[in-house]
Amino acid sequence: MSNTSTSLDSPHAPPRASSQAPSRAKDTSTLEPLITVRGLSKSFGPTLVWEDVNMDVYKGETLAVIGRSGCGKSVLLKHFNALLKPTTGDVLMDGVNIFDLDYVALRQIRQRFGILFQGGALFDSITTFENIAFPLRVFTDLTEAEIRDRVMQALERVSLAHAAERSTAELSGGMRKRVGLARAIILNPEVLMYDEPTSGLDPQTSDEINDLILSLSETLQVTSIVITHDMHSVLKIADRVAFLHDQALHWLGTVEQLKQSQDGPLRSFVRASEYAIA
Amino acid sequence: MRFTLFHEFGLYGTLLYQALRSSLESTTYRMNLFQEFVKIGYESIPIILLTGVFTGAVMTIQTAYQLGNAFIASSIIGSIVTQSLLIELSAVISSLVLAGKVGARIATELGTMRVSEQIDALESMGLNSVNFLVVPRILAGMLMFPVLYVVAAATGLTGGLLTGVLTDTLPAFEFMKGARLFFFPWDVLFGMIKSIVFGFIITSISCYKGYYATGGAEGVGQSTTQATVLSCMYILVADFVLASLLL
Repeated sequence: MSNTSTSLDSPHAPPRASSQAPSRAKDTSTLEPLITVRGLSKSFGPTLVWEDVNMDVYKGETLAVIGRSGCGKSVLLKHFNALLKPTTGDVLMDGVNIFDLDYVALRQIRQRFGILFQGGALFDSITTFENIAFPLRVFTDLTEAEIRDRVMQALERVSLAHAAERSTAELSGGMRKRVGLARAIILNPEVLMYDEPTSGLDPQTSDEINDLILSLSETLQVTSIVITHDMHSVLKIADRVAFLHDQALHWLGTVEQLKQSQDGPLRSFVRASEYAIA
Repeated sequence: MRFTLFHEFGLYGTLLYQALRSSLESTTYRMNLFQEFVKIGYESIPIILLTGVFTGAVMTIQTAYQLGNAFIASSIIGSIVTQSLLIELSAVISSLVLAGKVGARIATELGTMRVSEQIDALESMGLNSVNFLVVPRILAGMLMFPVLYVVAAATGLTGGLLTGVLTDTLPAFEFMKGARLFFFPWDVLFGMIKSIVFGFIITSISCYKGYYATGGAEGVGQSTTQATVLSCMYILVADFVLASLLL
């Protein structure tokens, strides 16, 4: 990423807050990078997913990663906490390359992240309550009463306190995502990562999830990384947008820059989403 | 083909190494251990009872048929049935049946967890998924299979004895006399050693196939099939190797 570039449509253009319209975009010049991606490339066997990805994720911002299905958005997400290892390149957190860490140190890094997986990734052999209590039982010494309080708080935050004792098989798609979100925030992470949080949901439920993401970002003061191809979500929740295209990070900028961008592939992607961005 | 085989063995070896190393570093596997004892051991007892009884019954009938015209004391039927059950059949047949029950269950469970990102969720929380999922299953398999072997052998002998009596082939005292005549404690020990090895083979192969499953429902189905087939094949190979080395 070139942070010195000023061209609006250049790949990885620097984030800037617009003065023309209300925007969620934060002035990143005053923010510290929390995660730094340098020269990241990933291949599965002979298949190249993307190469030479460079970007910073700043503390407190919401970064949306967009791109066509199969372009490697979720693969990129799983590199931020070393669930996948790159073919080449580094991901630095607080200046430390997470791929150089031993398992104990990596575990501490991973516990700074909360992830909402695409299908929720709920453990289907236990109840909703137990799913959310699970990280507390494994990683804390809280008493049963304290665990109950924390879990119920998390469930109330996602408006699902009534579903605590339900089996996860009884939950709808939107409810599964909200339970996944409650589990993701239970250990108070610094970074929340969302993998397609609104995919497969009706527009109203999608909007509720978007509101929830916004609310969590503001109340918990977390850094958020959202993988999506839902442009409505992007416009509502993101500060900055990264566009993966043609096996590379093709474009990076603020939402305002995205609206004004004349970049061909980006406009084509946005237009295909049937949202008039002007 | 050759590369694939090396790759498979490499992955399998890596998983076992990770399981061994993590079991020395972490104790989270204990959270699942009791549950696996129940699933692998307790819940397999009905099918083991059924397998044991019928194996013993068939052995008695067939041995009596084969020795029918020979001038041999009928108590020898009890000796042959007992030794066959203790040395070979109780361990091998019950393990082949358990490859279908326990192996398929493990491969399907872990495969589904893999493709629905539940294993990624565990890892992202900072949990060692190999320690949490693989170690308790292998450990429970190695500890429970000898117990199931004893159950299978006991019910097999009971089934053989009752069949002899009910079909009027062999009186109970003749069966017991023959059984005692050629009973060696080593045979039981040998059967238990075999069942520990078979327990390891079934659980480790099934964990490996499930843990590395890919490709959704179809991938999980393939992993389960491969886990069951490979477990059965390697049980037969290990049976031959153990018989060659220990008998």
